[in-house]
Formats: sequence, structure tokens, C-alpha cells
Amino acid sequence: MCGIYLDHQSCCPVDPRVEEFARHFSGKDFGNPSALHSRGLTAKAALEEARARVAELIGAESPESIIFTGGATQANNLAIRGAALRNSAKGKRLLASQIEHISVLNPHKDLKKGGFELNLIPVDSTGQIDLSSLERLADKGTVLTSIMYANAEIGTVQPIREASEIVHEKGQMLHVDGTAAAGKIAVDVQKDGIDLFTLSSNDIYGPQGAGALYVRPGVRIQPVLFGGGQERGLLPGTENICALAGFGEAARLARLEMAGESMRLRTIRDALIEEILKIDEARLTGHPSQRLPHHASFRFSRIEGESILLTMDAMFNIQVSTGSACSSRTLEPSHVLLAIGLRHEEAHGSMIMTLGRQNSMDQVPAIVSATEKTVERLRALSPL
Amino acid sequence: MAQVGYSKKVMDHFMNPRNVGVIEAPDGYGKVGNPVCGDLMEIFIKVKEDKVEDIKFRTFGCGSAIAVSSMVTEMAKGKSLEEAIKITRKDVADELDGLPPQKMHCSNLGADALHAAIEDYWIKTGKIRPEDAKHKQGQEGEEGESCGNL
Repeated sequence: MCGIYLDHQSCCPVDPRVEEFARHFSGKDFGNPSALHSRGLTAKAALEEARARVAELIGAESPESIIFTGGATQANNLAIRGAALRNSAKGKRLLASQIEHISVLNPHKDLKKGGFELNLIPVDSTGQIDLSSLERLADKGTVLTSIMYANAEIGTVQPIREASEIVHEKGQMLHVDGTAAAGKIAVDVQKDGIDLFTLSSNDIYGPQGAGALYVRPGVRIQPVLFGGGQERGLLPGTENICALAGFGEAARLARLEMAGESMRLRTIRDALIEEILKIDEARLTGHPSQRLPHHASFRFSRIEGESILLTMDAMFNIQVSTGSACSSRTLEPSHVLLAIGLRHEEAHGSMIMTLGRQNSMDQVPAIVSATEKTVERLRALSPL
Repeated sequence: MAQVGYSKKVMDHFMNPRNVGVIEAPDGYGKVGNPVCGDLMEIFIKVKEDKVEDIKFRTFGCGSAIAVSSMVTEMAKGKSLEEAIKITRKDVADELDGLPPQKMHCSNLGADALHAAIEDYWIKTGKIRPEDAKHKQGQEGEEGESCGNL
């Protein structure tokens, strides 16, 4: 299937170098890292190597700050539930931005049932959080604030350092979901002032089913699952060595290649945005400059996003994404698009393109032409 | 293998929709749905000797909304009005080899648009009174309401 894949925010192909590296740990180098024999020690060494590489990618103090999880959803749940429940004596108020991922918002909603209070920090029309609202909302009794580094649907990057200063001035904790940002833009958890940081393996071309939570030294959280003592007791269960070794290798490659790759993708991205915005009634969603380098997201009036996705796929073999209600399980438009102030009928016409390592500049004319033809076809069908 | 996503027939009607367009000065016109909910369909009919002689549609909506509109026009074309008004939402979905469960309510409005067009014709020709029409013309469902999804 030789098409143009532009949905890296929902799934990245595992890098062949990562696959080659990780393959050994499901085959000849198998072992349980908790076992004391030679096979166990080999597995343990691979696990600790991976931990060091992930720590380096985000500028963590030490590998011990990294807790491996089964993906970003587990890391977000561990961060939010773990920090809120462990520190509830300090207060029972929680803050999160309006445009957090569902795996951040839903644990918050669950904590609300247990007596926590949740307040949402509004965003402006570009998707950036309103720092004065944060300042106002982060008052006494707030125990944890969750703000994502960057948003996967609209690409907007948040002013994390400014947010961190506000939160820390009040002696509170900051959780940052870095799933969309890690490996794409430079993240430094120490300089950025982050207490808890979520990242995902697959988003940096590693295997699926692996992720990590960075826990700043001195920050106290409690487990949400109970079992053996793996991962400092914070995420018990026998480690998925094959996926985690791949995650480590993916982190190593991302760190080495990020600067050059980001520059390359930014150039392609800018060309795409420039050309697609020439289409009648096409608008960019998200921030015009403070956005992820591989991320282009749009909305088109008078047509619907699922139809855009299906036409691009079936007619042109180009895979894109949408925040339209009609493509979601809940049939609700994306909460992100509504939070940036779009009306329902505007949110329906969304199209998201996220570039990756296999995309190149010479694909731009084909992508632009396919988009033009798709929009034209659907508008010809539309009564609006 | 379990069916994933849309059936082949849905994709065929989505990619190659039949009877797209507008009939100038139609004998009957039906419009249902609401852009706020992501689906708006309109159907135009030309009637001759109490039969659907010609039928056209235009639809704003998802893949199944477009496929449903196309299919219902194909099913109605050439039928007597009495037969055509008996076409149900389920008939259309069955003829498309099924729709995903979550799409059965929100985007399966083709039969409603057809019925509205036929009733419009009946009102114009004096067969029924406007208040007897089962399908209200125009937009339904306001923002914040359920938009028909269950």
C-alpha cells in the first residue's frame, strides 16, 4: 500500500532501526528483569539502558526519575490519580486546561466523584492557555495542575515555563502531558519546571504499548495499580522488555535527529499550509507560529470532516485525521475545536495532517491537489 | 472477518453518489437535518402520473449521510408515490448492507427527506393539508440538543 500517510499524531510506524534493535528481546535475549540469573540480568540491563535514553531525551535529573508504563494513558492516570490521592491532605482542588487529552480529563472527572473539585483553564482562539486565568484559578487548596506541552489536534504549543512559574510560586505541582511534543520539539523537564511529564513510545516511532512518566525527585505520588515492586512500586507488573527496549532506542534516535528532522518537517509543513490556505474558505486551526513543526490543521466551511477523510483515503490514498463529530465514537465534535471558540458547524469541517519521517517535500503538490479536489467534490454535493 | 467501518455498498454510494444535483422548479422538495449536527439533506422530486419520475439530492454530512441520500434516491426513482413513502430508514440501511450502529440515527435521514418531498408535493396538489404532514420542512435540532444521536 503505497500512499501518503499524514496521521502521525494517531500512530507512527515503528522505525525499522528500532524494530531491529527491539526484536532481540522477544527472541534470543528474552528474560524477566526481576530474575537474578544471567537471562534476568540481560533483560534488566536492557531495561535500564532504555530508562537512561528516555531520561536523556527530556533532560531528566537521572534515569531513576523515569517510571515505565504501558503507554501515555497509563502515565496520565498514574500522574493525576497518583498525585491527587497522595497529596490530598494539602487540598482537593485540581486544574486542567480545557483542551487536555481525554486520558487526562477522564481521570480528573473520576476524581471529582471522589470529592475533588475540578476547574478548567480556558484557552484563546489559537489554543493557548490564558495565564491570567491560571493565576486566578491556582489558589489555595489546588494540589495539581495539568497542562499539555502541545496539542495533537491543533498543534498549539503551550507557554509551559510561564505556567510553571505561576504554579510553583504557589507551591503547587505541575503535570505536563508531553505525548505530542516529546521528540518533536526540545523539552527539558528541569529548565521547563515540570514535576510530572507523560510521554509515549509510539509517538516517537517506538513500539506501541509503552510509555513513561517522569517524576521529579522529591515529588510524591502513589500507585494506582498494586502488585510486585516493579517501577519503584508505582507501576507493578512484569516489564514489556521488547517494547521498552524499543522505546529506549526510539528516544536515542529522536534525541540525535530531532533538530534536523524538525527543521525538515517545518519546511514541508509551511509549504502545505501556504498552499492549502489558498483554497476558498480554508482556515488554519491552532496557533500560526507556536505550533508543532510537523503539524498542519485546517477547517473548511460547508463540508464535513469524515467525508474529507474518506475521500482523501479512497480516492487519493492519503491518510489524514479529523476532529469532526461524525468520526468520533461519541458523535460529539472535538472538545478542543469547541474550546478554541468554533461553532459546531465549523468544527465539523476539520482536517488534520501530521507529517513524519517518511514524508518529503516532493509529496506536497499531490497532497495539495488531492485536498483541492476533495473539497471541490464535497462542496458540489453540499446544499450549504 | 468481522466487518470494520463501512460496507462496500456504502463506500460505493459515497464515492459514486447517484442522482446528485438540483431539479429546477421541483414538484416536491424536502429538507431535513441541521448543519450544527453535521448532517443536512435536501431531496427534489419530479412527479409524473403519481410516480417519482426524477429525483435529485444534495447532502452536507459524513460518509454514511451521503451514501444514504444516494441510495434512497435510487430506491425511490420510478416508484409510485404510495410505494416510495413506505421506504423506511431501515430499508435504506438494509439496502446498503447495514450502517455502523452509531450512524443509524444521526446520518440515516434519507427516508425522512424523501417523505418530506412527497408530502410537499401532496400539500401543493391538495391531497393532504399542511398540518397533516408528518415531516416538518427545514432544520431541526438546535445546538445543545441531542442532534438525534442516542
